[in-house]
Amino acid sequence: MSATDPLTTADGLPLKRALMRAQRSARWRAFVLVAPLLLFVVVTFLVPIGQMLHRSVHNPAFPANMPALTEWFRATPAGTSPDDRAFAALAADLKQAAANRTVAIVGTRINYDLPGTRSLFTATGRRAAALAPPFRTALLEADARWGDPALWAAMRNASSAYTPGFYLSALDLTRGNDGTIERVPEQRRVYVPLFLRTFGLSAAITGLCLLLAFPIAHMLATLPLRWSNLLMILVLLPFWTSLLVRTTSWIVLLQQQGVINSTLVALGILGDDGRLTMIYNQTGTVIAMTHVLLPFMVLPLYSVMRTINPAYVRAARSLGATSWTAFRRIYLPQTVPGIGAGALLVFILAVGYYITPALVGGASGQLISNLIAFHMQDSLNWSLAAALSALLLGAVVILYWLYDRLIGIDNMKLG
Amino acid sequence: MASMSRDAAFVEFERVQKSYDGETLVVKDLNLAIGQGEFLTMLGPSGSGKTTCLMMLAGFETATHGEIRLGGRPITQVPPHKRGIGMVFQNYALFPHMTVGENLAFPLEVRGIGKSEREAKVARALDMVQMGAFGNRRPAQLSGGQQQRIALARALVFDPELVLMDEPLGALDKQLREHMQFEIKHLHQSLGITVVYVTHDQGEALTMSDRVAVFNDGRIQQLAAPDDLYERPANSFVAGFIGENNKLPGIIEDIGADHVLVRLSTGELIDATPVNVTRKGQKTLVSIRPERVEFKPEMMPDGAHSIDAEVLEFIYMGDLFRTRLRVAGTDDFVIKSRNTQGQRRLEPGERIRIGWAPQDARALDPV
Repeated sequence: MSATDPLTTADGLPLKRALMRAQRSARWRAFVLVAPLLLFVVVTFLVPIGQMLHRSVHNPAFPANMPALTEWFRATPAGTSPDDRAFAALAADLKQAAANRTVAIVGTRINYDLPGTRSLFTATGRRAAALAPPFRTALLEADARWGDPALWAAMRNASSAYTPGFYLSALDLTRGNDGTIERVPEQRRVYVPLFLRTFGLSAAITGLCLLLAFPIAHMLATLPLRWSNLLMILVLLPFWTSLLVRTTSWIVLLQQQGVINSTLVALGILGDDGRLTMIYNQTGTVIAMTHVLLPFMVLPLYSVMRTINPAYVRAARSLGATSWTAFRRIYLPQTVPGIGAGALLVFILAVGYYITPALVGGASGQLISNLIAFHMQDSLNWSLAAALSALLLGAVVILYWLYDRLIGIDNMKLG
Repeated sequence: MASMSRDAAFVEFERVQKSYDGETLVVKDLNLAIGQGEFLTMLGPSGSGKTTCLMMLAGFETATHGEIRLGGRPITQVPPHKRGIGMVFQNYALFPHMTVGENLAFPLEVRGIGKSEREAKVARALDMVQMGAFGNRRPAQLSGGQQQRIALARALVFDPELVLMDEPLGALDKQLREHMQFEIKHLHQSLGITVVYVTHDQGEALTMSDRVAVFNDGRIQQLAAPDDLYERPANSFVAGFIGENNKLPGIIEDIGADHVLVRLSTGELIDATPVNVTRKGQKTLVSIRPERVEFKPEMMPDGAHSIDAEVLEFIYMGDLFRTRLRVAGTDDFVIKSRNTQGQRRLEPGERIRIGWAPQDARALDPV
């Protein structure tokens, strides 16, 4: 059959069109069945994520409330020192913002980039109505900080609604007065060390989970069903216990006057003044999160190991391999999809974990999500929170991509 | 039971018992000697203990009691990887994450054989099963029959003297299975290896083996060459398990050295050969192969008793005619006749007389 001569049905209809028609109703039914979930996912997942990503680069607080000054910034190149027209625009905007009661919003926005400036805006705003030309002198008289080039650089940055500034902050970078990107002073670097700590602790937790879960999963997979079900319940117990109950019991166990320390002291292993600090620090975070996330490692491993025919190891043994060689060369490689799935799952969950570190992490055991929560709830810098979240999301996506390249997503078995 | 001289025995089971739960014996008092170069099949229904015996020989199960010797050496304490026994598993157990070549190289690698020698041996083993071009494929890319060949090559590549096969052809379709039976047989003959083969397929056991051990209930019921097994079953289990058999229950009327008269429940008398009956008045089960029953008077052996039969069903099977009869009160008496020129087709409802040579009917223990 040549390419110019398409297949037709018995009554001459092109075969492709006949097939489409025959499958149309099935396709519609499939779509209708999927539609509710699709709608749900769009409303509860895609839209909020999209909004968050948008917010991380978009903050209209300054341009919306300071139109004249924004116009001056747009007309002049970066690094231009403020002239009389600039001060006139600033005074006019401050008057208008004071009348609209939006000075505090503008102040908060500039305060993100230049801490301590919120009061400058609110204080000047209260006296804005009294400002008279020449505005440069009037403003500098009101507060000498209005002449600070750093303030003008910060206002210029804030004057465009779309800004990479929040991402710069999230990476401990800042824009200098002349507009170049530089690292913030060492004592003010917060986010990058916290990201590193988050990934480091998550990797440690993932490793611990793997070490603990591998033997258990192997045992579950080889035991008769009756026993493995019982053991499985023990593994899943953390899932079914209230988070607070679990955390409280960790506190009871791990605190300085807790069960473990008291036992060690009673046995004479530790002196009474040498009690271990195992909670409200990184150790506490690692122990508690390993416990919580262990089932996410056990389940994929178990489901993969269950499918590995014991004949493989037997075959290896009969072919002359010692039990260690058979494990290393035959069994272990076949569990890789489970290891990959479990590690990916645990790592991704750990990177975004919030409650457990908040409760048992103390100061040194906090993760990046605790800081995101801080910016959402306390400092109300939602754009920065969004930028941090987006970076976290980006890291997870990169990880996922790496996993796909190395192991292949279709090899993943989640149970 | 054929007994082998001690020197000739390459594999020996001596008084071997096996229990998994400490309450029941899966293998009860197994004694078996397998000669060097022999093809021995363990045949039996599932749960008869045959696979357990194989696993004990391979070293994956330990005997609860008794001794297993390989080449005169007790191997109970030898771990599986030091026994040097090649094994083909039921589902081939080809390592899915390795290529065919890597699968075959594995036993050589763990033995520390150098790369060049390894490659030569792998190539030779692949050629032996006509799979030379498949070294770089993954097992999943092969058909069932090809996987089977690779599994075979892998079990042979390190030149073991003994190869165990655990229902290796069970997953193949009928035609391929028959083809592979011949290939395995040929490999056995050309390499001179000893093969212990486990199957529940009697056809396979009969076509391939030098001797067959029929297992049931943890015991060897009969150990014999295929023709012996088929033509001279030692008891009712073997008679019923191997091939098709007609069974007529009755009571010994008269017993001689190689001839008995059996009175059936309907009062008729038939001839048979005594196998495990000893005295008059004993209950017995007479077994006769369907193809040894005659219904044409001119073919009936001289002096043999004949009995009444009513034709119930005639089935045309191509090369054979299969006729179901009512004989002595049972409805499932079957006779087979070859579809030769002029062979008579019996009509349902027809009344005939049937008979057989006494040596074809065997008076066995009652079930």
